[in-house]
Amino acid sequence: MLGRLTWAAIPLDQPLPLYAMGVVVLGILAVLAIVTVKGWWPYLWREWLTSVDHKRIGVMYFALGLVMLLRGYSDAIMMRSQQAIAVGDAQGYLPPDHYDQIFSAHGTIMIFFVAMPLVIGLMNFAVPLQLGVRDVAFPVLNSVSFWLTASGALLINVSLVIGSFARTGWMGYPPLSELAFSPDEGVDYYLWSLQISGIGTLLTGVNFVTTILKLRAPGMTYFRMPVFCWTALAANLLIVAAFPILTATFVMLLLDRYLGMHFFTNNAGGNQMMYVNLFWAWGHPEVYILILPVFGVFSEVVATFSGKGLFSYRSMVLATLGICILSFMVWLHHFFTMGAGADVNAFFGIMSSIIAVPTGVKVFNWLFTMFRGRIVFKTPMLFAIGFIITFVIGGLTGVLLAVPPVDFVLHNSVFLVAHFHNVIIGGVVFGVLAGYNYWFPKAFGFTLDERFGKASFWCWLIGFYLAFMPLYVLGLHGMTRRLQHISDPSWQPLLLVAELGAVVIFLGILCQAAQLYVSIRTREQRLDLTGDPWNGRTLEWSTSSPPPAYNFAVLPRVETIDAFWEIKRRGLTPVEPVYEPIEMPRNSPTGFIIAFFAVVTGFALIWFIWWIVILGLLAAAVTVLVSGWSDTREHEISATELARLEQARLGLGRPA
Amino acid sequence: MHDWPCATPDAPLGPASNARHRPRHSRLLRGLVVCAAVVVASCRQVGVLDPQGPIAAQELLLLINSTAIMLVVVVPVVLATLAFAWWYRSSNLRASRSSDESYEGRLEFVLWSIPALIVILLGGVIWIGSHQLDPRAPIPANANPLRVDVVALDWKWLFIYPDQGIATVNQLVVPAGTPVKFRLTSATVMNSFFIPQLGSQIYTMGGMTTHLNLLADKPGEYPGFSANFSGDGFAEMRFIAKAVSAGDFNAWVTQVRAAGSALDDAGYAALAKPSIAVPPGTYRSVEPNMFERVIDQTVSGSEKAGAGAAWCPPVQQAGG
Repeated sequence: MLGRLTWAAIPLDQPLPLYAMGVVVLGILAVLAIVTVKGWWPYLWREWLTSVDHKRIGVMYFALGLVMLLRGYSDAIMMRSQQAIAVGDAQGYLPPDHYDQIFSAHGTIMIFFVAMPLVIGLMNFAVPLQLGVRDVAFPVLNSVSFWLTASGALLINVSLVIGSFARTGWMGYPPLSELAFSPDEGVDYYLWSLQISGIGTLLTGVNFVTTILKLRAPGMTYFRMPVFCWTALAANLLIVAAFPILTATFVMLLLDRYLGMHFFTNNAGGNQMMYVNLFWAWGHPEVYILILPVFGVFSEVVATFSGKGLFSYRSMVLATLGICILSFMVWLHHFFTMGAGADVNAFFGIMSSIIAVPTGVKVFNWLFTMFRGRIVFKTPMLFAIGFIITFVIGGLTGVLLAVPPVDFVLHNSVFLVAHFHNVIIGGVVFGVLAGYNYWFPKAFGFTLDERFGKASFWCWLIGFYLAFMPLYVLGLHGMTRRLQHISDPSWQPLLLVAELGAVVIFLGILCQAAQLYVSIRTREQRLDLTGDPWNGRTLEWSTSSPPPAYNFAVLPRVETIDAFWEIKRRGLTPVEPVYEPIEMPRNSPTGFIIAFFAVVTGFALIWFIWWIVILGLLAAAVTVLVSGWSDTREHEISATELARLEQARLGLGRPA
Repeated sequence: MHDWPCATPDAPLGPASNARHRPRHSRLLRGLVVCAAVVVASCRQVGVLDPQGPIAAQELLLLINSTAIMLVVVVPVVLATLAFAWWYRSSNLRASRSSDESYEGRLEFVLWSIPALIVILLGGVIWIGSHQLDPRAPIPANANPLRVDVVALDWKWLFIYPDQGIATVNQLVVPAGTPVKFRLTSATVMNSFFIPQLGSQIYTMGGMTTHLNLLADKPGEYPGFSANFSGDGFAEMRFIAKAVSAGDFNAWVTQVRAAGSALDDAGYAALAKPSIAVPPGTYRSVEPNMFERVIDQTVSGSEKAGAGAAWCPPVQQAGG
């Protein structure tokens, strides 16, 4: 009846997971209780859970990413602590069985459920506003995407409470991830959560490529799009091209595990390196799916806070598209040590270092945007400067690892771990936090507190250097990654420094939380009445903060890049707008319902509860069909209604 | 829990630990001492930074050269970022501004050229380095190479010396100054065979053979380990690579042949069972073509649940 699910799946005999589980379950219950007591359910359901508004969905993506950041961070600090104390004769507090789950969960969660939701959240919020349109191409699909991502996140957290997670590392290399070596449900949790969220991500890709190619404000040609939209286009093209590879690869591994096939097994003609190749054929573009939009954020931030147009827009676009294409030709640099021939290794090494050219050009462009500018050091700009300096160091070590013979001695070492944290924290995280501080006033109508914002920046920056510079050194000393126990006692001092760095990063996260709390408490004093708190350049700043559900009552006409800057520069006085009726999508519970069935089905698949699998799939299919045949997906706002709404909004929001 | 002898016993932490035992010193002093210890510890010549053979030495040289080439650009960029951020701050009245020159063709060309030139230079380094340091390439030397076959097991290393007819576990003894020609495979999941002070690592994969050539310049003990996560016993999957003089090596071979058990099918089946932190051991003899047979059995074995148990039954049948 319940497949292989028994009471033994709940780790009642292990104190540590039990505590973690207790905290998580209590936390969730507390939140649900508060929402119920306060009677917020109708509001939440109406305004958020069923919303198809790209701004709301963007905010929910971002919130999901921040919550999961706490989970991913907990894993990180546990790992750092284990490595700092389990030295020599000491065995630390985490047995291999538990430690291996933690580093696997850390990687999986940070990539798929922190970095991805944060980046996609920013794109969701800002891209349609920057394009000067009212929503994405497929608003309901957008909601489905978000809820499928959230389903994956939920499922991966269920493994805390019921059963265990994978102990294979976040890449899940076979044959370790095959049934012969990982017979329990851990790898299945990994595979099904990523399959479900992967579908959501693929749909996001389709949605945004369509939106950017087909929906733009009148006059916004491709070469008048803000750079963030260009980078979002590149990232979503990569999603559309790369995520199916991951899905197909996982399908093959699932067939191995569930139906005894032999795609990647040691025996019966399986080939494990096929998985490794396919995984990185997705995995390297994935790196650029994360970093490209963030390059776009920095381009917006540096230009805005330097009071100057971006230096060489043309080069920036060209570099973005160059990276987009090159990112598919470098995957083998993740396993130079496979034993491929010198020609193959040299080819992929050279291709990998070529990516440094467009990336270097981008760095120069930001630098020359600052040159002769008027730089205002708001929090986003601090993150941008911290990013440029940190990222070029990460780029240096990255190109170093692209030299095959150097990789032969640094592959899989903590030098590599330091490198990718250098580009992911120094790049993606800094960028996402810059974007958060930059667009928050647009989303909520008030600015974030600068003191706590700057404090969080310094904690993140210093914490990063303390945590990862020691790992570079240890990598050179010959320390490999994923060690549950450290044999060389001379590594301990540097591991303790790294631990300290992780603590400082936590202070940064605390400052972030304090910043949000303080800003909400003092929001009356920090209202953004102009809609343009930073003297912005792109169209999102031309509407009010927060924007109305329809973003723009009358779609803006675009004649140059930096369209809003041009409007301000020419001092164009707003003429009496001519309102026309507009069509807006209705709220839809489709995404939420599909996600509910996706979680149920995923859980049942992991535990072999086949009757629930069948029911869950049927229910999800019926939901899709019902939603697909409904013909009340839009509602019209008439011209007079629109005029009334605008008058009310502008009358209140903007003093004449 | 087996304790390994540390390869670098003279960790220069002596003064620091002495200072720590003195009863009267301020907290500040203690902090300084800890900091100094950290700095000293991080400057030690160990691991990749302490090459003991030609491969590792060339790889370290490449590492340093590539870093130097890139620093030519990276250092000015970092300095310029700081300088621009400081000089063009909005409160600096002396800075000259321009609001909207956002494009300058010649400068754009230069900006593409700088990283391109660096990468062209590095591309040459990569091409030449990849070919010179191809793990398969034999190392030129006067002595004939020693052949060693390596099998990664859960979670220990089996070293087979086909020409000497002996085998060892978690202990690699090679003559210094003689090239060692490794053939490597795995009877279980993927691992990576790595002795940092001797250079290149390479994957060991079930059913597949990889090749690696290393050489130790002088006698010494160099730690080796698996550099690819392979499961619960991964952290203890370590061994010592011991380079000895040619005479000592021959004496060691004779000594190994004189004692211990033989590595036959039954012995191998017992060894292949998962075990953690296995102490070094030797086998006085080994079945011929052991390495090839391991690969055959990995490829044709039936994989059942439970690591390592995978191909025990067929072996017992073959042996009986």
